[in-house]
Amino acid sequence: MNLFYYASPHTFAPLAAQLVPWCFRLAVLLTLVGLFIGLVMAPTDFQQGDAYRIIFIHVPAAWMSMIIYLVMAFWAAVGLAFRARLASMLALALAPTGALMTLIALFTGAIWGKPTWGTYWVWDARLTSELILLFLYLGFLSLHGAIEDTRRADRSAAVLAIVGVVNVPIIYFSVRWWNTLHQGASVTLTQAPSMATIMFAAMMIMTFAFWAYCIGAALLRCLHLIRLRELEAGSSVNPLPPVLVRELR
Amino acid sequence: MIYWSSLSDFIAMGGYGGFVWSAFGLTALTIILEIGQLWWQRKQLEEAERGQR
Repeated sequence: MNLFYYASPHTFAPLAAQLVPWCFRLAVLLTLVGLFIGLVMAPTDFQQGDAYRIIFIHVPAAWMSMIIYLVMAFWAAVGLAFRARLASMLALALAPTGALMTLIALFTGAIWGKPTWGTYWVWDARLTSELILLFLYLGFLSLHGAIEDTRRADRSAAVLAIVGVVNVPIIYFSVRWWNTLHQGASVTLTQAPSMATIMFAAMMIMTFAFWAYCIGAALLRCLHLIRLRELEAGSSVNPLPPVLVRELR
Repeated sequence: MIYWSSLSDFIAMGGYGGFVWSAFGLTALTIILEIGQLWWQRKQLEEAERGQR
C-alpha cells in the first residue's frame, strides 16, 4: 500500500467520514462507563474528599491539551515542509479542540483548586504554562484567520505552532523543575500509578473517551475544511456566505 | 458496587457537590457548544453546496 495514499483530501475524506460517527459513539460509551465508575463506584479520597473526582475530567483534558498541541504542530510542520494541504488542514482542524481541552483543564483545575488549595488561581509554573498553551492555540487560530491567502496563512501559523512546542515540556515537567502548588504526577510511564486501582481505571477510561471525542471532532472539522476549500475553488459564480468562511478559516 | 448510600449523598459529594457538579456541568456545556458549532458548520456547508449546484 502506498503510504501517501491517504495524503490526498479525496482519498482521506471518505475514510474520515466513516471514522467520525464511530469516534463519537465510542466517546459516549466510554464516558458513560468512566463517569459511572468515577462518580458512583469509586470511593472518597481520604485526603481530598470527593473534590478529587474532578480528576476524571481534569487530567484527561490536560493530557489532551498537550498531546493535541504536539499533533497539531507535527501536521503544521509537515504542511510547511512538504506543502501538503491536508496536513495543514488537519493542524487547523485540531486547534479549536485543543483550545477547548486547555480551557477545560484550566477551569476544572480552578474549581478543584478552591477547596483543596483555598484559591481558584495562583501564578504557579504549571498553571501559568498551561495558560500560555491556551494563548498559543488562540494565537495560532487568530494568525491563521488574519491572513487572507490560505497557503500563506498555513505557513505563518505553522511557524508559530512549531515555536510553541517548547512550551509543552515546560508544562509537563514544571511540577518537577519548580516548586509548584500543583501536585506532581500520580501517573507516569515508568512507575506504577500512586492511586487506587478503581480511580486509575475511571481516569484511564475517561482519557480514552476524551481521545475518541477529540479525534472525532478534529476529523469532522477537517472534513468541513475540505468541503469549504472545494466550495471556494468553484465559487466564482456563487460567493460563499462570509460567515462560513470566517468560521472555518 | 455503588459507593453511595443514598441519592442525596451522591448529589452532596461529601460537601463538595457545588465544585464537583459545576466542573462536570461546565465541561459538558463547553463540549456541547463545540458539537453545536460543528453541526452549524455542516448546515452552512450543505446550504452553500446546494447553492453552487
